[in-house]
Amino acid sequence: MSIEICALSKQFGSFTALNSINLKVNPGELLALLGPSGSGKTTLLRIIAGLETADSGQVLFNQENSTDKHIRDRHVGFVFQHYALFRNMTIFENVAFGLRVRPRKQRPNTREINRRVTELLQLVQLDWLADRYPHQLSGGQRQRIALARALAVEPGVLLLDEPFGALDAKVRKELRAWLRKLHNDMHITSVFVTHDQEEALEVADRIVVMNRGRIEQIGTPNEVYEKPANPFVYEFLGHVNLFHGRVHQGHAWIGDLEIDAPEYPEAEDLSAIAYVRPHDIEVERTLNGEPALAAYVAHILSIGPVVRLELTHGDDLTQGAIHATISKERFRELQLVKGDQVFVKPRRLDLFPNHAHNGSIHS
Amino acid sequence: MSTFKQHSVLPGFNLALGFTLLYLSLVVLIPLSAAFIYSAKLTWPEFWNAVTAPRVVASYRLTFGASFAAAAVNAFFGLLVAWVLVRYPFPGKRLVDALIDLPFALPTSVAGITLTAIYAGNGWLGQYLEPLGIKVAFTPLGVFVALTFIGLPFVVRTVQPVLEDIEKELEEAAAMLGATRWQTFRYIIFPAVLPALTTGFALAFARAIGEYGSVIFIAGNIPMVSEITPLLIITKLEQYDYAGATAIAVVMLVISFILLLIINLLQWWVRHRSTKA
Repeated sequence: MSIEICALSKQFGSFTALNSINLKVNPGELLALLGPSGSGKTTLLRIIAGLETADSGQVLFNQENSTDKHIRDRHVGFVFQHYALFRNMTIFENVAFGLRVRPRKQRPNTREINRRVTELLQLVQLDWLADRYPHQLSGGQRQRIALARALAVEPGVLLLDEPFGALDAKVRKELRAWLRKLHNDMHITSVFVTHDQEEALEVADRIVVMNRGRIEQIGTPNEVYEKPANPFVYEFLGHVNLFHGRVHQGHAWIGDLEIDAPEYPEAEDLSAIAYVRPHDIEVERTLNGEPALAAYVAHILSIGPVVRLELTHGDDLTQGAIHATISKERFRELQLVKGDQVFVKPRRLDLFPNHAHNGSIHS
Repeated sequence: MSTFKQHSVLPGFNLALGFTLLYLSLVVLIPLSAAFIYSAKLTWPEFWNAVTAPRVVASYRLTFGASFAAAAVNAFFGLLVAWVLVRYPFPGKRLVDALIDLPFALPTSVAGITLTAIYAGNGWLGQYLEPLGIKVAFTPLGVFVALTFIGLPFVVRTVQPVLEDIEKELEEAAAMLGATRWQTFRYIIFPAVLPALTTGFALAFARAIGEYGSVIFIAGNIPMVSEITPLLIITKLEQYDYAGATAIAVVMLVISFILLLIINLLQWWVRHRSTKA
């Protein structure tokens, strides 16, 4: 089932939760709504589900206007952050609930219900817990049951509201991979909300980055990570270094550092900000003729396959320390210790001229 | 003793238990045991005659029957009132909420006189009910009305916080799975409030059994018809039949205790079933 959202707006008092949102979710796609809290992503999801009504705009399922359809008639599966399992029912009854409350004529018989529920419990690999109660299960197990319960009614669309938000890091990672696999097997149109960029990058087919009730960028994980559309997306997705500089006639300056900026041939001494990912920072011990920024090693974190360096810099060209990620081999080559002077230079950067940096976003 | 005592990080187990027992003894056990001791002055046949006299048996029937009926009605309407107070915003909600507690605070005799004045043949409501053949004042129905009045807050105040605690998400989840409002109430909300509802019922029931002040005015106290057991005890006391009064009191105590024990077991069972396997 496809979902189309047209000019959707929602206001809570004076707070604009959604500001004229347009979005199309392709059939069988796994889409992530990513953004900081208050960006409107959960509101959007709840409006798609029918749990909230929009002030204006439309929601279309398979090109059919469903804006005013009742929740019951939308054929939507919903998974809540805090599971929302029915405490007074066994796991089996929880999953069977959606089938048992159907009108008598559409209700499957007991044997059919048994078969379907057992099948779903096997799908989420928890059939051995059928007779337990929700409070006897771990958080990860509960969320899998919540998913099985949502799938029991064979929804055309699956919506997940921060599905892994309440789980600890290890379980979250496992469930992410598991959800990805499940989606590959079932191909049900799914939308999930998250504020965890790593989760969105890892699981989703496409990512919708939201901020203050607007969509900042839509794209594949690769697109939004490699080609962020604006400073907000840049800062929200992954670690990034921010440099203040100037652009003038096809060239950019960060301090004494000159960089080619052929995209801006007409720029006349504009202030600009430049973003550099930590792995795009080159670190050298000595100046090799080319201009570079001098910095001092403030901290070394050498756990894992890469070494992360925190470098302090005298001028106020940057916001805080410069973060650089280098390989273990390179680290051994350089033989760095705390306090050493190094010279850094961005290998690749993205310029945004004339952007006054508001400094409000940290991810 | 040592088998009951488990090692705990909370200090003062002995002191707390000792104080609890002392307090319970002073306030509850000693006065109650006095009733048993006093009634022991009667021989067994005398005791049996005193507690099984037809007038006394009729009063048991009225007291327990009307109390049960009143508690049952309160359980239903109390749940409804609590639901409305929790779920719907409306003007004057605070005021209504405060009104609920009034039967707690009002001197019961005031309640009794007020109810009698309203339901008597020439009262505000009585004058319309009487022609319809419904007599409230000075009948068992009046007893029931008074007991319903005093029992209402118990159910509302026990159910209200539980209803407030039910997460909205549970109802949303049920709706998303296709349940109607009624199915959501029947399968999700009602099971969640049932333990609190039985507690409220038990409290209203217990209060009604012991009620005296509000009932005696509206009941009319006609022997065999509208005479409650507590009144009978007072009557015996006024006739200096202390032993007879305590004998009836002992029977009431035992029956009440058994009923409350049953309700408590029921409650434990409901709670157990809804939270554990």
